[in-house]
Amino acid sequence: MSGRTGMPDDVVAWVDRRTGAAPFLKKAMRYVFPDHWSFLLGEVALYSFVVLVGTGIFLALFFEDSTAKVVYHGSYAPLAGFHMTKAYASVLHLSWDVKGGLLMRQTHHWAANIFVAAIVLHLIRIFFTGAFRKPREATYLIGLLMLMIALPEGYLGYSLVDDLLSGMGLAIGYGVALSVPFIGGNLAQLLWGGPFPGDPQFWSRMYIAHVLIIPILLATLITIHLVLVASRHHTQFSRLPRQTERTVVGSPMVPSYAPKSIGLFFGTTGLLFLLGGLIQINPIWEWGPFATSQSTNAAQPDWYLGWLIGALRIVPGFDLTIGDYTVVGNPFWGGALFPLVVFIILGVYPFWERRRSGDRQTHNLLDRPRDNPRRTAFGAALLTWVLAVFFAGSADRAYETFGFSYNAQIWIYRALVILAPLVVYALTRKVCRELQAADRVELVSKAAEEEARAASAR
Amino acid sequence: MRRLPVAVIAALLGRRGRRAAAEAHGERIVPEGEPAPLGAELVVAALLVLSAICGAGFVVAFAVTTPATHQTQYLGLALGLCLTFLAAAAIVFSKRLVVDEDAEEDYPEPHPAEQAEVREIVRESGSRITRKRLLLGAGGLAGAGLTAALVAPAVSLGPVFDTDSLRSSPWTRGKRLVDERERPLLAYDIEPNTFYTAYPEHEDRDRIASPVILVRLDPNALKLPADRADWAPDGILAFSKICTHAGCAISMYRKPLFAPADPRPALVCPCHYSTFDPATGGDVIFGPAGRPLPQLPLLIDPATRELKAAGGMSGPVGPSWSGVRE
Repeated sequence: MSGRTGMPDDVVAWVDRRTGAAPFLKKAMRYVFPDHWSFLLGEVALYSFVVLVGTGIFLALFFEDSTAKVVYHGSYAPLAGFHMTKAYASVLHLSWDVKGGLLMRQTHHWAANIFVAAIVLHLIRIFFTGAFRKPREATYLIGLLMLMIALPEGYLGYSLVDDLLSGMGLAIGYGVALSVPFIGGNLAQLLWGGPFPGDPQFWSRMYIAHVLIIPILLATLITIHLVLVASRHHTQFSRLPRQTERTVVGSPMVPSYAPKSIGLFFGTTGLLFLLGGLIQINPIWEWGPFATSQSTNAAQPDWYLGWLIGALRIVPGFDLTIGDYTVVGNPFWGGALFPLVVFIILGVYPFWERRRSGDRQTHNLLDRPRDNPRRTAFGAALLTWVLAVFFAGSADRAYETFGFSYNAQIWIYRALVILAPLVVYALTRKVCRELQAADRVELVSKAAEEEARAASAR
Repeated sequence: MRRLPVAVIAALLGRRGRRAAAEAHGERIVPEGEPAPLGAELVVAALLVLSAICGAGFVVAFAVTTPATHQTQYLGLALGLCLTFLAAAAIVFSKRLVVDEDAEEDYPEPHPAEQAEVREIVRESGSRITRKRLLLGAGGLAGAGLTAALVAPAVSLGPVFDTDSLRSSPWTRGKRLVDERERPLLAYDIEPNTFYTAYPEHEDRDRIASPVILVRLDPNALKLPADRADWAPDGILAFSKICTHAGCAISMYRKPLFAPADPRPALVCPCHYSTFDPATGGDVIFGPAGRPLPQLPLLIDPATRELKAAGGMSGPVGPSWSGVRE
């Protein structure tokens, strides 16, 4: 290269001389990304995380993690003169009296919802294409761990505000903590610093977990996740003959993939700020301050905790007792055991599938869902199970909005939770096999056509 | 001077780089591809300019609007569009201006030689050690000791071992029931077909054991256990307001108004619809709660007609925990 484009040459030389990065840069710039829209879901999650950190820093400059009582005298007149905690008052102040404050808060909230949604969709994609198989089990487990951490992170975020809904959420969290077998009473007191609503220090604990401990954990796991993805390279569908277990085909980072990904970054952030600016989310001033003695009907958490509220709703009413003594409180089944079981199933699935199929090969080529009917059917059944519980969480809304009997709904969901996964399993397996059969027919007919064409040419 | 603007426009719009590309010879790393479609560069530039305008618009909106004048909407629109135009510019750039290639790369292979060397290093490093199990055991012990020492300070967070505070209650015999404004509640304040929230006088109302819910039923319709026969003077019943399922406050009362579906009056927690029967002393009739609602025995002061607690709650308040007595 001549010195015509003098600047880059100098910069490259300067960087390489001081970091030795030229070989790495060359490799990174030509790193190949196989193309499929569903491969972008993880990136959407990553970019939402960036927005969460950015907007979160802004919010942290105004939020006060204090339960000291104040009397509200801000711009939102309907709450004037109300006694409330400094925490709630500071979020009201941020929303009504700080320029750009509400935009940042709403964008933060939207970003949290989309962050978790992108992770879940990404997980579904990974599962149904078998991308978790050797050599990517560690990447998969770290991803799962991030989802497990993202849920309490979001919960802490809206709990900190100390409006009525967040207080109800905390009461339920306290109930679930208390219900843990044997150690529940101790655990809840340890976390809350005493019986609900707990010690004032509980707020600083939630705050430091929300803004420092969990974000750093997430950032660390994201880094490891990405390093592992890059070191094992992306999986790909076999759409070109050249795409094999040994060779990955796609767009190189430079020049074509990087601008696409930058476009996705700005697209995601742009969408989040449009949502944050134009579509109201969690209008905390309408809920009012929390008091232990207050609650409201048809209250819902953020969507990603819907499956837990659903599970808490449909579990039949019993505590596990020995004689007079409680061993396991009721919230444990739905609020702790159910998510634990789902995550354990997801966590052991790659190893279980490996054992069952005896397949110890390295897999860089993805399955289409139909290629592995048992996995697809199992995943669909698991998803149905969780979704049935998820929708049970909205039974109060359906009752409020459409007047469907709440009690009848709960009985229907109890049945659905057991029956629907079985039906979906059988159905999905059948559909996959039919699709495979159709593929075979197509292959055969294509081969016959070729032959006929070759014959007629002769 | 008049030629300056023309020169600027020419510098901006003029095509460069073609010559440099034409000069390149030999094997390229990035394939040359078809020439970029005409006008794509102008489209990208236009999108970037639009983005810049929206960015400036954000600053203007920040300066001239207030939270009371749809500021959030203007700011979100400006910043959102600024970013969206950037996204569009980047995507047009990638689709039209740079070559799209199907590059190949090999998937990484395992490194058997290095694996063997790693194993060898580990093996050889320990070749002088003869009591491996002893050292491993002692090391494990040290690890356990250190872990215990590191975890121990967590005990400072709360009263870990003593769960008595979970049972503590401000309700004792003679405690007056007061409303939100600390006014004593009188027996005739309590009407049927609605519910009231009351607190113990001079106590912290946010304590989970404090709030109670009051209802008045027909004394003849009560089916209280025999030992609670005198807990509901004039048919006025008091229960802990905190649901025994997950600790939310009970704030719904299904009165006889709902007669066809739910013939009995019932106290309902809005969180998961645990439903309690006040007439029988707080038994669960629907929903996930595993334990009846604790009842507070009442008495009516004969002189003042004030409502007072006639004793403590019938059971522990709030969600159940391991070891709590039903």
